[in-house]
Amino acid sequence: MIRILVCVKQAIDVSQLKVDSATRRLILAGAPKKISDFDKNALEEAVRIKEKFGGEVLTVTVGPEDAKTTLREALAMGADKAYLTSDPLFENSDTLATSYILAEAIKKIGDFDLILCGEASIDSFSAQIGPRLAERLGIPLITYARKLGLEGDTVTSERGLEDCSETVKAKIPVLVTVTKEINEPRTPSYTAIMKAFKKELVMWKAADVDIPSEKVGEAGSAVQVLDVLAPKVERRKIVIKGEKAAEIAEKLAKTLIQEGIVGR
Amino acid sequence: MLELLGKGSELASKLQTQLTAVVLGHNVKDQAKELIGYGAAEVIVVDDPRLKEFHVEPYLSALTQLIKRHKPELFLTGSTKRGKELVARLAARLNVGCVPDCLELEVDEQGRLLVKRIVYGGNAIVTQVFRAKPQIVTIPRRKFEKPEYTEESKGEVVKISDMQLELPKTEIVEVKPIEIAETRIEEAGVVIGGGRGLDKKEDFKILDELAEILDGQVGYTRPLAEDRKWFTEWVGLSGHTIKPKLYIACGISGVIQHVAGIRDSKTIVAINKDPEAPIMEMADYIVIGDLYEIVPALSEALRKLLTSS
Repeated sequence: MIRILVCVKQAIDVSQLKVDSATRRLILAGAPKKISDFDKNALEEAVRIKEKFGGEVLTVTVGPEDAKTTLREALAMGADKAYLTSDPLFENSDTLATSYILAEAIKKIGDFDLILCGEASIDSFSAQIGPRLAERLGIPLITYARKLGLEGDTVTSERGLEDCSETVKAKIPVLVTVTKEINEPRTPSYTAIMKAFKKELVMWKAADVDIPSEKVGEAGSAVQVLDVLAPKVERRKIVIKGEKAAEIAEKLAKTLIQEGIVGR
Repeated sequence: MLELLGKGSELASKLQTQLTAVVLGHNVKDQAKELIGYGAAEVIVVDDPRLKEFHVEPYLSALTQLIKRHKPELFLTGSTKRGKELVARLAARLNVGCVPDCLELEVDEQGRLLVKRIVYGGNAIVTQVFRAKPQIVTIPRRKFEKPEYTEESKGEVVKISDMQLELPKTEIVEVKPIEIAETRIEEAGVVIGGGRGLDKKEDFKILDELAEILDGQVGYTRPLAEDRKWFTEWVGLSGHTIKPKLYIACGISGVIQHVAGIRDSKTIVAINKDPEAPIMEMADYIVIGDLYEIVPALSEALRKLLTSS
């Protein structure tokens, strides 16, 4: 029986974020949240492997209490059991601290053949948690997987890199981070959503996983955020007007040449 | 990525330290001299047949040992997928922080290194500082200037050959190179961007024509690659980040993820039917009109004006 764990993140839905134009601050209070896109691909892949070979898919997250909603969504997509590690102590944890919390939670949940993560999260996009987890757990890592196969105790995967695609093999247990190309995540049916409410969702505090306060939150982080601001936009916004396309095009062409933007 | 040496030298002098370059590989001695010419005060060469091809674990174990030995203030590498995986794992082993894809790296008056990167899908830029050393940072290709080469530069080359190297935990069974355009889009001085305003893949020929006249390249937005499957790569936050002298956005609405990839273009021209399109806020020159009429007319006008005198 194959045991798969999927790490998910409840992320800010960046497509719906609003910015206060006067202060350039993001309006994060009340901003919609969702499962980070690539984590859905990781879940989908895990559920497909379970459907093919049998086994169990568990899912885990570190986040605020409302991340329960995210885990219910993961359960609706086909995970069997979910774990939420949540504690006010965890606030402002960077990737060093978050990967520590996750690794401790995973050690307590048990042993796995496969651990799947998204290649990065849609909100911070640092692509750190998967690699850091693999190091903490001391298992092989395959990043940027866009195909994944399992045969006996061997995982084969195709990775999409900038200059090539690379097929790699590793023996389980393996941690794999997946890209969007790997599959099309399912939309859970009504029945699946209802079923998800009957599945077990375990909640752990820091003490439940023996996590000391100095290793998490701001105290346990190696990177500190000074500020988060929307980028400044300083563009000229000159509208080139004219009656006909040819006239507009000529004006634009002349301007680009006169300004030295286009050269001879 | 020689720009690592340019930015590295600048930061080394601001942090009152020296720039050391590390070369891992096999038969790589020749590279050391070149790196000195581009600004490294010292080059550490780890020459080992086991480092001939890139496998994460041997590289990782070599770097971990070097960093423990030399205790640098900052470790800088390129933002490639391999590079980012490598340094995330390096940071985990050293129990320190790591900030990938930095747009700006500065030293403030307190001597702290300030690192800036894009977050929230291009909606914001975060400024961070490290609380532990080494500070590990990756920078995207072409983000910073390449340094000048100085033949007379002097520096020390240190060869290391007795390093304990871990064996790879994964086995590479096949490598298929991807055809890359002769000039990378990051290197192009002019980029003509095409978005959903183009109805058919064949219509890109009008953009190709304009690109040819301006000696530039054509780029695409993510939906054309991901949804319509016309192309395999795109310009934007999750694709190529470019900063050409001139970017002409044709039929591109300008969603934040795309804008994040073109933000540093020197001049931006937007051609779009929709005056409300977000790209207009990002443009220096705005043409409200049908790209199918404007782009060919622009090609013709430029061809005429550029060859007339």
